Order: sequence, then C-alpha cells, then structure tokens
Amino acid sequence: MNQFSIVGKDVPRNDARAKATGSAIYTDDVKLPGMLYGQILRSPFPHARILHIDTSQAASLPGVRCVMTGEDTPKVKYGNWRLFPETQDEYPLAIDKVRFIGDEVAAVAAVDPDIAQEALSLIKVEYEELPGVFDVDAAIKEGAPIIHDYCPSNISVNRKIKYGDIDKAFAESDYVREDTFHVHAVSHAYLEPCAAVAQCDLDGRITLWTSTQVPYIIQCLLASTLQMRENDIRIIKPFVGGGFGGKMELRTWEFCAAFMAKKTGRPVKFTLTREEEFLTGRRRHPMTIHSKVGFKKDGTLTAKDLKIYLDGGAYNAMGPTATFLCGNFGAMLYRYPSYRFHGQHVYTNKPPASAMRGFGAPQSIFATETQMSLAAEELGLDPLDIRLKNAQVSGDTIPDVATISSCGFIEALNKVAEMSDWREKRKTLPKGRGIGIGCYSFISGGVFNWFNTQYPFSAAEVRAFDDGTAHLLTMAADIGQGCDTVLKQILAEAFGLTMEDIRITSADTAITPQADLGAWGSRLTLMNGNAVLDAANKIKAQLFGAVSARFNLNVIHEIECKDGKVYPKGRPDRSLSFGEAVAMAQKINRGEPLVARGYYTPRNKGLVTPSFSFGAQVAEVEVDQATGVVQVQKFWTAHDCGTAINPMAVEGQLEGSIQMGLGYALSEQFVMEGGKTLNTNFLDYKMPSSMDVPPSEVVHIETYEPEGPMGAKEAGEGLAIPTAPAIADAVCHATGYRCKDLPITPEKILRAKRDR
Amino acid sequence: MKQVITLNVNGAPYAVAVYPSQTLNEVLREELNLTGVKLGCGSGDCGACTVLVDGLAVSSCLSLAVDMEGKAITTVEGLAPSGEVLHPIQESFIEKGAIQCGFCTAGMEMSAFHLLKYNPSPTEAEIKEAISGNLCRCTGYVKIIEAIADAGHKMANTGGETS
Repeated sequence: MNQFSIVGKDVPRNDARAKATGSAIYTDDVKLPGMLYGQILRSPFPHARILHIDTSQAASLPGVRCVMTGEDTPKVKYGNWRLFPETQDEYPLAIDKVRFIGDEVAAVAAVDPDIAQEALSLIKVEYEELPGVFDVDAAIKEGAPIIHDYCPSNISVNRKIKYGDIDKAFAESDYVREDTFHVHAVSHAYLEPCAAVAQCDLDGRITLWTSTQVPYIIQCLLASTLQMRENDIRIIKPFVGGGFGGKMELRTWEFCAAFMAKKTGRPVKFTLTREEEFLTGRRRHPMTIHSKVGFKKDGTLTAKDLKIYLDGGAYNAMGPTATFLCGNFGAMLYRYPSYRFHGQHVYTNKPPASAMRGFGAPQSIFATETQMSLAAEELGLDPLDIRLKNAQVSGDTIPDVATISSCGFIEALNKVAEMSDWREKRKTLPKGRGIGIGCYSFISGGVFNWFNTQYPFSAAEVRAFDDGTAHLLTMAADIGQGCDTVLKQILAEAFGLTMEDIRITSADTAITPQADLGAWGSRLTLMNGNAVLDAANKIKAQLFGAVSARFNLNVIHEIECKDGKVYPKGRPDRSLSFGEAVAMAQKINRGEPLVARGYYTPRNKGLVTPSFSFGAQVAEVEVDQATGVVQVQKFWTAHDCGTAINPMAVEGQLEGSIQMGLGYALSEQFVMEGGKTLNTNFLDYKMPSSMDVPPSEVVHIETYEPEGPMGAKEAGEGLAIPTAPAIADAVCHATGYRCKDLPITPEKILRAKRDR
Repeated sequence: MKQVITLNVNGAPYAVAVYPSQTLNEVLREELNLTGVKLGCGSGDCGACTVLVDGLAVSSCLSLAVDMEGKAITTVEGLAPSGEVLHPIQESFIEKGAIQCGFCTAGMEMSAFHLLKYNPSPTEAEIKEAISGNLCRCTGYVKIIEAIADAGHKMANTGGETS
C-alpha cells in the first residue's frame, strides 16, 4: 500500500531544531523598541451592571500611556459565527454589564508591566451587582436572571436533528434505557499563556503577532471590531505553545493591543498570567446529557433520542459549533436507524466554554459509549460484541448529516480486543482490576461555513525554483500539532524532493495566500493538504509539458516527479532534474517564475465533514479498594487515520491525547464557587505529570481516504475522546461503580461502594 | 532601587542592573534576551522556566536575580553554545519526536541535563521522576522519556557531555 517516499515516514519536525535550542520565537518573546506593556482589568463579580468607570487617576500615573474602556471602542460585537450575527454577543471590553468573574472591563498600557499593574488598581469601577446563575438548571428556570437582554430564555442556540420514525422504533424495541450524564469543564492548559503584540505603522495599518490557531479569523474580526479594512490588518502567528481549541477566537488582549498601538503609536504587548488563564480562560463545555436508546434483544440498535444542555458560560464563544457537533457525534460510531437530537446552548455567569480538542465529541461520545456498555451488560452481551454488531462501516450514510467514506472501525475494534486480550481479561481479572473500552469517531475538518468566508477553506501557494527547491506558502497555523511538517512532506512527496529542498512560510496573513479557516476540527492535513496538492499539480503540469517538449515524448507517456527528477515513467533515462525542468518551464514562459496556487473547499460532502476517523481504545485499571484511587495500568489503541503522513507525529498526538483524556477522566476539574474558579494554578489544577501516564500500545489501521491528500484524514483530535469512557468502563468492571458523572474521583468510587 | 549584579550565564559574565524584586526568569528573558527560557506559570509548578544554577535544576521564575550573584547559570542557550553541534539531549529530542509545541522543551531539556549529569544511565522510573516537575500538554511525556534515555546512551558512548 505504501508507495510513498516521504509520506508515511517518521520525519522530524520542521521546527524541532529551533525549539530544541530555544531559538524559536513565541509571541511573548517578541520585543520591539518603545514597546508598552498592557494589562486587563477584570470584573470581580459574576453578574453586574457597570454604573461608572473613572480612569482619571490611572491615566495620570507616570508611565501610563493609555487607559481604555468599552466606551472608547467602536462598540462592535464579534463572534466566529458571522453568518448569524445574532450569535455574535461579545464586545472586546464590557459595555454596561459584566457577565462573569474575569469579564474584561478596562485595559492599561504603560512603559513597564509593574506600572500597568498599579494603574489597574487606580481604576474605579462602580458596579450594581445582579443575581447570577451558575448552572444550566438555574439558568433555564422561569424567572431566572437574564444574562443577555436579547436572549430572555438564556438559551442562545437550539439545534435539532431528526431522522427515521423514532417513536415507532422505540415502541418496537425489546429493550430501552434512559440515562442522564453530567460531564464537567476542563482547561486546555496549553503551556504558553496567551499573548499578543501589536504595532501600528505610519499609515495606521496594524501588524499583530499573536498566539492563535486562526490567523485569518483574527484578521477579519479585528478589522470589523476596529472598523478597519481587512487588508489593513496583518496577523503573524509566531511559534505557538499549544492551543487545543483555546486560541481560536478574537480575544480582548488582541483587540486592546491593536487599539492602543494605534492610539499611542507605540507597540503594545499583552501576556496573560497563568492565573488569568485558569480564572477566566476558555474551557471545555460542561454538559447535561439525557440519552434514551432502544435495542432489539440481540443488541441491534433501533433508536436514540438525545437531549443535551451545554453550559456555555457568559458568551457563545465556540458554543454554537459545539452544540451542532455534539449532536452529530451522537449519531456517529453506530448505526441508529432512527435518531433525534435537541441541543441547547445555555448562558450562565461563568467563564465562557468554547472549543476544546474533540469539540463536543468527548462529552457526547462519553454518553454513547457508557450506554453501549450498560446495554451490553443488561442484554448479556460482551461490550465488544454489541459494538461490533452496530458499528458503522464504509458507505454508511446518516441522513442529512454525513456519508462515511473510509472506515476502519470494525478492524480497530477487533485489533484492540486482540492486543489487550480483551475477552480473557474481561472474564478473569480479579476484583479491583478491570478492563474497559471506549471508541471514537471524529471529523477531518468541518464543511460548514458559519464564519462566512468569501475565500476557499484552504489555500496554498507553491513556488518552484531552478535550483531544485520549492517554497510553500500557507496560512495554515502550526500550533505544535505539526502541520508545517506534514504539509512539507506532502509537497516533497508530490515533487519527488526532500524535506531540505522545501522552504515553508506559514500563517502570515499579509504574505500567505487567502485564506485558511485555521487549526481546529482536525482540518489542516486534509484541507490544506489538498490545497498543497492542487498547487503542486498545477506546477507539475508545467514541468511535465517542459519534459515532454525537451525529449519530444509521445503524448501517451505518463510523467512523474521522483527522486529529484522529472521523467516519463516508461523511459527513466529521459529525465531532467527538478531544477532543470523548472528552468525549462521558465524558458517556455519567457522568464515568468513558476508559481501556482491551490485551493480546497469541501463541496457535496454532507453537513459535517468530508471524512471521518475511527478508533477504539482499551484501558486496564487497578482500583485501590481502601482509597478508591484509580491507577491505569495500560492503554491499547487501534485507530484509523487513513494514511499516516507522519507516523511519529500521529503517535505523538495519540500519546498527548491519552494524557489529556486521563486528566479528563480522573483528575482535572475546575473547582467553582459562585461563578469563581478557585483552582487557578497547576498545583491545584491536576494535570497528569510524567509520573501519571501509563504505558500504551498503538496500532494504525491502514485505510485510504479517497477525499484526503494521499489517503490521509483526521489524526489526534478524535483520540481525545475514547480515554474517559474506556477508563470509566474499566473502573466499573473493577468495582461495579458506573460513572455517569465525570470526573471519576476516589470519593465517588468509595461512596458507591458504601451505598451498595 | 536597582542594583548592579554580575550574573554568570552560560559561561560568560554579565553586569546587569536589577530590582530586588526581579526574578531570574525576568532578567534572563528581558535583560539578557535569553528567550529560550520560558515562563509558563510564574509559580514554580510547570517547569517551563527550568535552568541550572550551580548544576542544580531550579525554577527561574521562583529565583530572585539578586540571589544569583556569583552562581553559574546554564540556560537552554548554553546547551549547545556553538549553535552548530547540538547537545545529545537536543538531538534526541528532535529525532525521537519529543517536541510538539515546544513550550516545555527548554525546561524539559534542562531537567534532563541535570539528571544525566548525575545519573548517566537512568531507569525509566528515574527519568519520569526527574521530569515530574515539568508539565507537558502535547506529548503525554512518552517520547520525551524515550529521548532522555536515548540521550543518556549517546552521552555514555561519547564519554559524557559534548558542550
């Protein structure tokens, strides 16, 4: 199957050397002459009216160059769902009202960070406190405080899916079960706190270096909020220290840096503290999930009725997309002949939840997977068998939602069972030890265009040179996941060049081609990879023409680029080096440089994604009978990501997913009181350390995704999904405690034991 | 008031004027422009700011610069001073895929450097313990642990440190 030279190889990252030596420049490393330091004043109340702000004292503090509040801004709301302006509910700085503890109220820029900090303390804000709501139930109760005037119900998004005759299907089911699940908020906990540096040139145009996953989206939204033209804003993404969904919206400090740079004529930098990140940062949506599923006696699924409330916090952020996706994922993995979903996104007076690795799927699929295991128990089936019986296969369609192209789900289930010795262990493990399974499916980018871009979803520019090199320009944002390397591999493969022959410039909106929707939803390998191939093919057509003319080839010859050469497949003796072929093509065009642009926009690919990844994971745990502490002994994972362009990078994604999934299942949570996040440092927010991560084995199930570049599709984000359900299932196998309420804590395990 | 101190960083002396409240991290990053040293939390919990002080791995965000007078400080920039030949730890981090976003990398490498200096062939458990104060959100630590073991082998074969 593997006919590739560079694709499919463990190529070290493009940027590894820069990062290993400390020479990679991240946003906070950017320092410009005369630069000012910004700080943000945040609301101490979860819900309050702003009666008056007095900035005069702060403004007169020596060293302070600018103080701003919402009143100074053009007062334009923003949000990533531009197609539906009513969902755009956020101002860069609060106007009239604050809606969560940490909501941004004012900003200061001063000659050093300490002065800026002191100036914050001199801003006097008079608030009128309002009653707050801190969970979904309180927020949707009759007479609940209204968080946004435009939305008296506090329910900002409703999303419904329905297909099949669900009532009839339930009536005809042999077994129906209903469960309610609660899943909690966790932090992205990227190691690099958010930062932005803005500079304004003499023409009033803005350059913004920012730690973002979505340079193009920041460019557009910054332009609209500043009431400038898009082309007058240049976004440069330096190296980014992780994002995981937490850096995919325009944020206050980006706006304020740009605004104040324009106002003061000096560069302005904002860098968040870790405390700010934890106290006010975006997080994964807590959800309340009511799920009813029906089966035939033999375990065949008949129907699913899914109702999800998302606790969105104070603003929509990426909540609308999460609402859409958790419903789609509810219909994934298994064949539901009938399905009904109602998702509701609810405002509460807490820091906004947003996109986070898995984007609605970890929550929704936790419920799916737990219910499958519960149903298996009651129907007397092996949890593996009930999954095999209902598993989606290639060619399956979900009405109005998706068509599944490549699908290695059944192979993954069988493989993971074999690797883990599932059937034996499920029967023979002693009390206190258990083995459990969790599965996933995920998207390879979204086909939806709620951002309402007027450009293709992905673009690439390729320049070929007669010295045998090529230059790839793309707006795709490498935030650590490795797309710069993967895209280079794809181009190197297409051109028959080496990695060293390719230069890449990425994620600079003034230089790289319009546009790219960003690094989210696992979209870049497939979408940008396709754009790179499109551009490469246009160049190759010219090179092939040149070679054909040079050797007077019969038109029936197939020509290829390989091993640094361009030649007819049947006559490798008639070859030109890549550089010679470029020179020849350039001669043909009377000196015009060889440049091509490629694009990709998914069309006619359902409502969700062009292709789905699949996989299964088994966890083995040991639960201390006295303390209830769960130790995961080992993970086995089998997953289908199509062609693994860079297997080492895919493994790295998997291993990172396990760490995140482990934290989601067992240790990470926000401790909240009255809308306030109490654990605001890494000591109290328990992210797994090197001591906590168990060994794991992985197998890539080889499939070839016809829509993906060289057969590739999603890898790495979906893998954040199966770990929590697998651990929960294993804990149940070990102790009898069935978790429907993440995280799984020793306290819950012991309480269940006591109550039994 | 600022006071002038001499910092010995990566083998070279630097006279810098610092406030008594300034951390070593601040001075390395802001005054000496050694931005390879990161700041991930400012409270000594994440390890991204790890440097060596007199051979010991410390959180530069918790160390006051004025306390560093006369001590030998090594940052990630000091691992491969020539810039051409990398330190085996750096090589192994690159080859083994131990780097993703890279923000924890410098701190991880310094903790690894500290470990391998005193224990050239550590067990997996010893490696895990040595980096237990360095958080990483991308890699799940697996390839980092592999890289450190690999670097240990390389260093043993070449007779220790190269830098």
